[in-house]
Formats: sequence, structure tokens, C-alpha cells
Amino acid sequence: MALDRIEKRFEKLKTEKRAGLVTFVTAGDPDLGTSLEILKGLPGAGADIIELGMPFSDPMADGPAIQEASIRALKGKMTLAKTLEMVRLFRQDDQVTPIILMGYYNPIYVYGVDKFLYDALSAGIDGLIIVDLPPEEDTELAIPAKKVNMGMIHLATPTTNEKRLNIILRNGSGFLYYVTIAGITGTAKPDLTPVKNALDKFRAVSDIPMAVGFGIKTPKNVARFAEFSDAVVVGSAIVDIIKNNIDEQNVANSELIGRVLSFVDELSDGVKSAKRED
Amino acid sequence: MASNKINSFRNGPDEDGHFGIFGGRYVAETLMPLIHDVEKTYNEAKNDPAFKQEFHELLKEYVGRPNPLYHAKRMTEHLGGAKIYFKREELNHTGAHKINNCVGQILLARRMGKTRIIAETGAGQHGVATATVCALFGMPCVVYMGAKDIERQKPNVFRMKLLGAEVIPVTSGSESLKDSMNEALRDWVSNVEDTFYIIGTAAGPHPYPELVRDFQCVIGDEAREQILEKEGRLPDSLVACVGGGSNAIGLFHPFLDDDVNIVAVEAAGFGVNTDKHAASLSGGAPGVLHGNRTFLLMDDDGQIFEAHSISAGLDYPGIGPEHSHLHDIGRVKYVPIDDKEALEAFQLCTKLEGIIPALESAHAIAHVMKMAPTLPEDHIIVMGLSGRGDKDIFTVADALGEEI
Ligand SMILES: Cc1ncc(COP(=O)(O)O)c(C=O)c1O
Repeated sequence: MALDRIEKRFEKLKTEKRAGLVTFVTAGDPDLGTSLEILKGLPGAGADIIELGMPFSDPMADGPAIQEASIRALKGKMTLAKTLEMVRLFRQDDQVTPIILMGYYNPIYVYGVDKFLYDALSAGIDGLIIVDLPPEEDTELAIPAKKVNMGMIHLATPTTNEKRLNIILRNGSGFLYYVTIAGITGTAKPDLTPVKNALDKFRAVSDIPMAVGFGIKTPKNVARFAEFSDAVVVGSAIVDIIKNNIDEQNVANSELIGRVLSFVDELSDGVKSAKRED
Repeated sequence: MASNKINSFRNGPDEDGHFGIFGGRYVAETLMPLIHDVEKTYNEAKNDPAFKQEFHELLKEYVGRPNPLYHAKRMTEHLGGAKIYFKREELNHTGAHKINNCVGQILLARRMGKTRIIAETGAGQHGVATATVCALFGMPCVVYMGAKDIERQKPNVFRMKLLGAEVIPVTSGSESLKDSMNEALRDWVSNVEDTFYIIGTAAGPHPYPELVRDFQCVIGDEAREQILEKEGRLPDSLVACVGGGSNAIGLFHPFLDDDVNIVAVEAAGFGVNTDKHAASLSGGAPGVLHGNRTFLLMDDDGQIFEAHSISAGLDYPGIGPEHSHLHDIGRVKYVPIDDKEALEAFQLCTKLEGIIPALESAHAIAHVMKMAPTLPEDHIIVMGLSGRGDKDIFTVADALGEEI
């Protein structure tokens, strides 16, 4: 499985002639139980790929929404081991939806890279996006991950030129995550044209699937980006719903899970209704 | 600057920015092209005589260098042992060593054509130094400072404002130095086109640990010349405080290949056996944060702790990567000094020498107070007096239970 599950998913999306919806939530936000219920509900609500945030105390590439999600999860004593356990429970019912862990390197480094890869694969995790591991540090995790068929999703950004793209893709796999803005998560709204131009440019270099994310928040937005990308990522907008449905002690109200999933359902209409050239 | 000798302690970092296993470039992809540009620009600049000349001229005419290597006679007599010299960085313009690095980095920023400067600050000394060079070069300046630090370093906050900088309070996380660094990195990712990040200590992604060290080496280079002139020989010991480690590496580096005992002092807060300290080497483990692998204070899950020190400038749960390496190979000894010991040293130095030291520097003094009495009179200690303590009088009054 692992990388294969991601590749299969993109094959399926190709036959359906549409972009995939990638949803981001932070593991353990606002608490482990609620978070697991959300996770289990995501595929049914229309998530094609799940990105699961590993909480970190110092998320320096994230805006306030995802920073706060991390803090809530850590307050609830979330750990990397518990994140893996959550995925193991999810996999009892779902063997087809790829799960990508997203976060920062330190918790993995402290856990131990080899042990982490082994435990993550056995839990049913398929890929990793580690924000603070650029290709210059591929020997840390990307190369060990490659050896065990764990997907290693690399990021490209508005500061990436073709030469650098080749460096990024050297040990990247699964898909390329194009960060639509030079910035942090959940803040600036990206313009369509520069993103489309960047993907066109990259497609001349590589045929790896290309996802776009950062600042995409509404079903309408999703539909526009889904016209020319292979997958669209939504994070902060989902995390905001969690934030708006908890009390001061971070206890979820009875509507939280339903509201998150119905929003994902709307987002999924976005990828399904997009007008595509293919 | 790096040495050509093969068996030198001064050869680091390698081309990927590693000092042993420490260092590296652990930053978001958006920043990588920019980080490569900084490296390229620095490599050109350091071999450019015009750059070096402008740097040293500013240090001389604007910062007021060289500052004295001062024989602290009264401290020496009082402690009754080793002969103590202070390298007086506190006499620099803006009152600390931080300005040396800021002068170097703003010249780099200008060379790269950047028009906006950002910085993080803890004690506010680096913020003030950055705001100062920005005023001098006519560049807009944004300083990120933890809300907690803004509260305990009010004089510096106002100085920055007077200098024309915008001080942005950081309310995320522990509201101190590490969170300010996160916030500065977030700003930088969002403003890659026009912005240069002046990092205030010898940490962060490569090439920062190297370039900050090189700019701060003026401390050790001068001290070396001055002690040779005064004593006709090298010192027996060097002592300096470490937060991120810039004043310490600046003093130490020119002596690493000599037969000199080198001691760096970490802030032990309430004690290294409590959960309230900032001694990453005495109480931490290797991890990855803020662009480099280094020793960090963190839990079993790799979550970074809030550090604690009475001195805002040492209140950081990490340390520069070259220090982690020097610790690993045993070339430099790292010792803890707690809040109480630093406060005592602060007062003793003020009374005996008429020099009010920064609380950061007081940590170095406290260690000198421990070691000097155990050493013979012909043992020479050179201690880095990294900054002056005017900014700390409120904190000290508070700790002593006095109202001002
Ligand atoms: C006077 C003084 N000394 C020392 C430090 C610690 O920094 P570093 O370890 O980089 O010298 C600071 C930091 O703010 C400072 O203001």
C-alpha cells in the first residue's frame, strides 16, 4: 500500500475526469474522539485524500487557524503515537482513502526516523508532507521513506523555477503540492492565473499529479482551481469550523462533526462541478 | 573566518551548513531560493575588500570600536584569584554586541537589493540594534517581540519606536523569543521579494550561523590583539554567556585552535533540574527547530518547551548549531548559572566596578565569580561583557522587591 494507495487514487480521479478534494484537519483537534469521528466521516463526505496534521508546538509555516488547532490538540495531550493510532483505527473501515501526514520534522526526528516509518506504514499512512524538510535535507526522511515505499510529497511554491523543480522532484513522490501563494496557511487568497501558469510550466517538466493548496476556502474557489489541477487542498476553512463549534474548554458542541462534514460535502461539489478541458 | 588548517576547530560549517551533525537548512520551500541567495551574496561579500572595508569603517566610526579590554581590578581583588579582564561590548553604540552583526547584515541586505528589514528580539537589544541600522540606512523595520518580553523590556520597546521601527507584539505560544522567531519566519515567507531577515544570534538556517559568527568574530579578534599587547600572551580562559550564542562564538572562535580553556554559560533559570530554565545543552537533546538541528529543550514527543530565564535575551529553548557541535566534541565547556546567581553577579559587578551589566552578561560574571577564586593569580580570564544593564533595572528592582 502506502505510495500505491496514493497512485491508485489519482488513477481513479483520472478515469472520473476530475480533480480530487484533499481535506486537512489536525489530529486531536479539538480532542481525540471528535477528531477520529471527523476522520472516519471524511471519505463519505467526499474527501478523496486526507491530510492529517501532526500537532507541533512551533508551526512556523502556518497561519493563526492551524496554529490554534495545533495548540488545542497539544492541550488535549495529543502525541505523534496517538496520531498513528488514530489512523490505525480509521484503516479498520477504510482501505482505499490515502492518508498523508502533514507537519514539521522535529516530532518525527525525536520519535526516530526508522521506527516512525515502520509504525506509520503499519498504521496505514501513505505519504508525508514535512514543511521544514526542503530537498536540501532529503537524506533525513525523503530517501529513507523512498526505500520503504512511503510517499514523500514535496512542495513547490511561487519561488520555484524549473531548475529547482527538478531538484524538488528528485526524491518527491505521490504528487507535487503547489503552494499557491508565497505565504503561510489560511491567509492570503490566491489568484487563479499565476497558479495555472505555474502548473502549465511544471507539467512541461513532469507528469506527476499536481495538487494546489493554501488560501482556498470556498466550494466556488475549489471549483475554479479544480478546472486545471489534479487535486485541491482545503485546510484552514475546515479548521475554522472546528474552532467555531467548541467552548472555552475546547469541548465540541453536538453540531461540530455534522457541520464539518457537510462543509466537506459542499467542497466536494466544487471538485465535481468544475468545468474541465479534459 | 574559517581556517585553512585541516585539523582546525574553525573549519565549519561544510557546504551544506553542517557543524558535525548540527546545523543545516530546515525551512519552508518558499524560503529556499532566498536562503541560497543570502548564501551566495555572503560568499561574494566576504571576499570583497570593499565590503570588508565598509563593515570595519562602520564598526569604527559608528559603533565605536575597538572597545577596551578592561582589567577588572576590583573584581579581581575581591575574588582573590585569577586576573579578570572584561571585553567591553557594553560600550558599543546601542549597548551590546548585537550591533556588530546588524551592521554586517544590513550591508548584505543592501547588496541583495532588499528594501525592508525584519527581526526578532528577546531582550530588545537585537531589536534596538536592528532598528538603529535601519534608521542609519533609511530602511523600514519591523521587529517581532514576545508580549511577555515587551512587558519586561519597556525601555527598549520605546527606543525601537523612537528609531522608527514597528514593534509587533507576539501573542502566540510562550510569547517570548522562540515565538518571535516563528513570527518573523512567517513574515519572511510572506514577503520574500523585498524583505531581508536580520537574525539576531548565531542560529537559524545556513548560512546564518556562519555569517553571524563571522560578523561577531570582531570581538575575539580584538580581544586577542589586546591581550597580547597587555600581557604578551594569550589568556588561559575565556568566559561568555550563551542565549543563541552569538557573543560567545564571536569571542571564542578566534581562540578555538589555541591552548585556551573555553567556558560558555547557559541560563539555568530556577535550576536545570526544574522545568523552568533555558539551558539547552545542560538539559536538552538534539532536535530540529528554526532552520537548524541543534540541542533543544523539549518533551518526549518533540514539542518545544517554553524556556525560562530572568534575562529575556537568554530565554530561548535552543542554541546555535556550532555550540552544539563544540559541546559534542568537548572543545567548549557549557555550564549553568541560575537566576539567583546572575542577580548577585549583577549587583557585585555594579558595586565593585561601576559597570551595570546586562542580566545576560551577569550570567558570565557569576561563573567568573565561581572559577576565579579557585585559580592562581597568573591565570588570565577574558570574559565577554556582552551588554549594559540599563534595560534590566526594572526586572532587577522587581526581583529585589524594590519599587522604582
Ligand atoms: C546583552 C546580551 N548578551 C547576550 C545575549 C544573548 O545572545 P547571544 O547568545 O546571541 O549572544 C543577548 C540577547 O539579547 C544580549 O542582549
